[in-house]
Amino acid sequence: MTTLIIISVLPIILLYLGLYKATKALLPVTVIGLIAALGFAIAEYKTPDTAVPIYHGMMLFNNFSVVFSSIAIITTILIVLLSGGYFEKISNHVAEYYAIMLFSLAGIIVMVSYYNLTMMFIGIEIMSVSLYILAGIKKNDFASNEAALKYFLMGAFSTGFLLFGITLIYGSTGSFSVEVIRDWVLAHPHIDPMFYTGIGLIIVGLCFKVGAAPFHFWTPDVYEGSPTLITAFMSTVVKTAGFAVFLRLFSACFAPLSDFWAPILLVITVATLFIGNITALYQQSFKRMLAFSSISHAGYLLFAIVALGAASANSVFIYATAYSVASIIAFGGLILVQQQSGNDNFESFNGLAKKNPFLALVLTVAMLSLAGIPLTAGFIGKFFMFTGALSRYQFWLVIIAVINAIISIFYYFRVIVAMYFRSADRTELVVPAYYKVVFAVSALATIIIGIYPDFISRFI
Amino acid sequence: MTVSILIFLPVIAAVIVAFLKNSAARYAALFFSIAELAIAGLFLSKFVPDATTQFGIDVPWIAKFGIYFSAGIDGISMIMVLLTTILVPLIILSTFNHEYKNSGAFYALILFMQAGMLVVFTALDGFLFYVGWEAALIPIYFICALWGGENRIRITLKFFIYTFAGSLFMLVALIYLYLQSPDKTFSIHTFYALKLTAPQQSWVFLAFFLAFAIKMPVFPFHTWQPDTYTEAPTGGTMMLSGIMLKMGVYGVIRWLIPNAPLGLVHWQTLITILAVIGIVYASIIAFNQKDGKRLVAYSSIAHVGLIAAGIFVWNIQGLQGALVQMLSHGINVIGMFFIWDIISRRLGTRDISQLGGIAKVAPKFAIAFLIIVLGTVGLPLTNGFVGEFLLIGSMFNYSAAHYQNLTIVIFAGSTIILGAVYMLRMYKNVMQGEVNELTAKFTDITGSEQLVLGIICALIIVIGVYPQPILHISEAAVTNLMNTLNGKLVF
Repeated sequence: MTTLIIISVLPIILLYLGLYKATKALLPVTVIGLIAALGFAIAEYKTPDTAVPIYHGMMLFNNFSVVFSSIAIITTILIVLLSGGYFEKISNHVAEYYAIMLFSLAGIIVMVSYYNLTMMFIGIEIMSVSLYILAGIKKNDFASNEAALKYFLMGAFSTGFLLFGITLIYGSTGSFSVEVIRDWVLAHPHIDPMFYTGIGLIIVGLCFKVGAAPFHFWTPDVYEGSPTLITAFMSTVVKTAGFAVFLRLFSACFAPLSDFWAPILLVITVATLFIGNITALYQQSFKRMLAFSSISHAGYLLFAIVALGAASANSVFIYATAYSVASIIAFGGLILVQQQSGNDNFESFNGLAKKNPFLALVLTVAMLSLAGIPLTAGFIGKFFMFTGALSRYQFWLVIIAVINAIISIFYYFRVIVAMYFRSADRTELVVPAYYKVVFAVSALATIIIGIYPDFISRFI
Repeated sequence: MTVSILIFLPVIAAVIVAFLKNSAARYAALFFSIAELAIAGLFLSKFVPDATTQFGIDVPWIAKFGIYFSAGIDGISMIMVLLTTILVPLIILSTFNHEYKNSGAFYALILFMQAGMLVVFTALDGFLFYVGWEAALIPIYFICALWGGENRIRITLKFFIYTFAGSLFMLVALIYLYLQSPDKTFSIHTFYALKLTAPQQSWVFLAFFLAFAIKMPVFPFHTWQPDTYTEAPTGGTMMLSGIMLKMGVYGVIRWLIPNAPLGLVHWQTLITILAVIGIVYASIIAFNQKDGKRLVAYSSIAHVGLIAAGIFVWNIQGLQGALVQMLSHGINVIGMFFIWDIISRRLGTRDISQLGGIAKVAPKFAIAFLIIVLGTVGLPLTNGFVGEFLLIGSMFNYSAAHYQNLTIVIFAGSTIILGAVYMLRMYKNVMQGEVNELTAKFTDITGSEQLVLGIICALIIVIGVYPQPILHISEAAVTNLMNTLNGKLVF
């Protein structure tokens, strides 16, 4: 748990650095701190998995937690690297920005290693409250303020549902402990309606956090209004953590009751896929398209919960990794293009391939991965999800997913078409060195996972 | 020596060629494709034409899912490997007169696509097959969209979505078979041994069929094809029509019918009729085309329709015919597209009605064109004849055995007559008659053009006169496949 301690102390150090105006030191300190935290997380990886609950059963930092913390930390490092020079432009309080993002990450580490519903709730709240602030960090920007307010109101509302659900489950079982709830479910063949209502309310709360339909209404506006890097953070790290919470709770406690919740989640999944994909088709703004496509990716990730099984954690891990690295390229590319052209429409990508072949190439890799084309990580993610769903005889779900995958080609390829096949007079776009590193690492990861998924899938 | 050399050499070549420019890229690509052909020749010389799979490779790939990098060559694959490795150098050579911008990228994509297709033709693992299938699609999308004609963006996206949609259903079918397998592998041998019920096979059949029917294309899934062939740069059109559509045919032989024979029993009549409708329909449309490249595109639908019909009637003669005809069609169709490429590059038009009398000004070109036309219409002693004869024969057997009447075979046979009519008419309008203002400035073929057309004409005649070695390569494998399947149908 040294990881959690480091990530909690690091932001305080950063705030002091900010106080003494050591702005130059912020980025290196953050990155070094995160790498140390990553190292300590990986050190707790054990084969076979023998981790036991710690802190009186409040946390369980097993391999599942190691893997999901690692991907969260690595993604955060990549995002932090992209922020060199980005936040100085939009805010005077750079240290706060780094600090709040790390506080959010601390919440996420709690979320992926909770073993008690109170810890789950605390983790989600630490993460969310930080995000409300981050969404509105452009203090004088109207859209950013709107995003923060919307996110806060809707988030608070959904937190209510989540808390109410936890309470009802406490009312039935008399405990917040994941272990006790699991044993209680196994020991009671006839479960009272109060418990079921609790599950239903928790589903609502969690679906809100991961942005699944019909609880997705906040996503487009919040994603569009927030600073682009914060959007990247929300749609990658936060979403992955949300699914880790989902997965641990449902596979540990509610798995025997899947007859009750699987149909509900099935409907949510199908709605999420269609709403995300079809709305994404009609977007003129690349950023808004990514927001809607992130909804549809939440739909694919939900497959793992609907078809809950031994391989679910692995599927979510691969899918979330693939989605995260591809999204980082997409958002990073967007930042550069937006800085140059001043808007985030598809047209601003026109002719990018001529002036910046490297940027166009990595963006193409990202789009192919998001669309799920073989030899990229995105395909492996979809393949695992489809296999999981088919093994549970969810044929129609897979057919619907296939139709959605076809729809998604239209909007992902719009970017490729704009970059390669449309021409525009444009000046060369300077790709800063940090960006080059992040892009190269992400694109390589996408292709390596796509060709040899065992590279990471053997960890969980 | 394993098939992995054959698969990975073009990948390495693609990476190298991508960094080269202009003529360096061209010659490097040609060099690597010829090296690939030499390796294929070496494989052929060591190949024992019995029913076994040779030069196999089998290493774990995604262990958790029972996925292996498993590939090998049997008689059927050998024909396809020969087809690919012979045609790619010809295609590369035929693009030597074009100045493509970013030619390094162009040739890299062609070589990468070759690797994808070789994976498809040799894969013995369902997952590997799927990956190869898509790996061949991405490069051709970029080839068409980057170097194509005016409407390329819309048309190539249509093409991509069409084929991608089909292949996703195939992926679902592959995963389904995998989940049914007792030891959870994607191995083709396990798939062959599965005992699925008739309704299961029927669904598996449909899912595979969609992917392959779109790729070939079989009527009514052909609507992407004429537009794409017309808009694509000539090199891309040749890759598509010469090799890539054979992926669909090969898929039917290797993956569709052996995995779902009861599905074939269920859908055979319908599909055979669709294939025959496609033959007649495409021939009639070809008859009315003004654009030469488009005419060849439609004639290609007709020829593939006959190949498809010959496979779906499922007998040894039909399969052998299909294999020979795939090789012949590949050679003839790239010859035909090259002819039109030469004409349009010299005269700036492909409109048949504006041409005429070229034979008088370009005698060498006229001879080559004539030989290719004769090969395409299937004149005896040309390569087209061998395949078409076997295919029509197989249709005859099927139709006589199943329906006691010959309607189907008569319609299928009309492809030869109709094909002769529109092809010879095209030849007449383009080459004979009076020389007009436009065609007077046509210069005869030179250098690399002579070489490409010379090789193509030689292949047309050699295969036509002495097809036995080719039939011999695949005979044992085809017989074996047929016997396995007949065993499977009896339970």
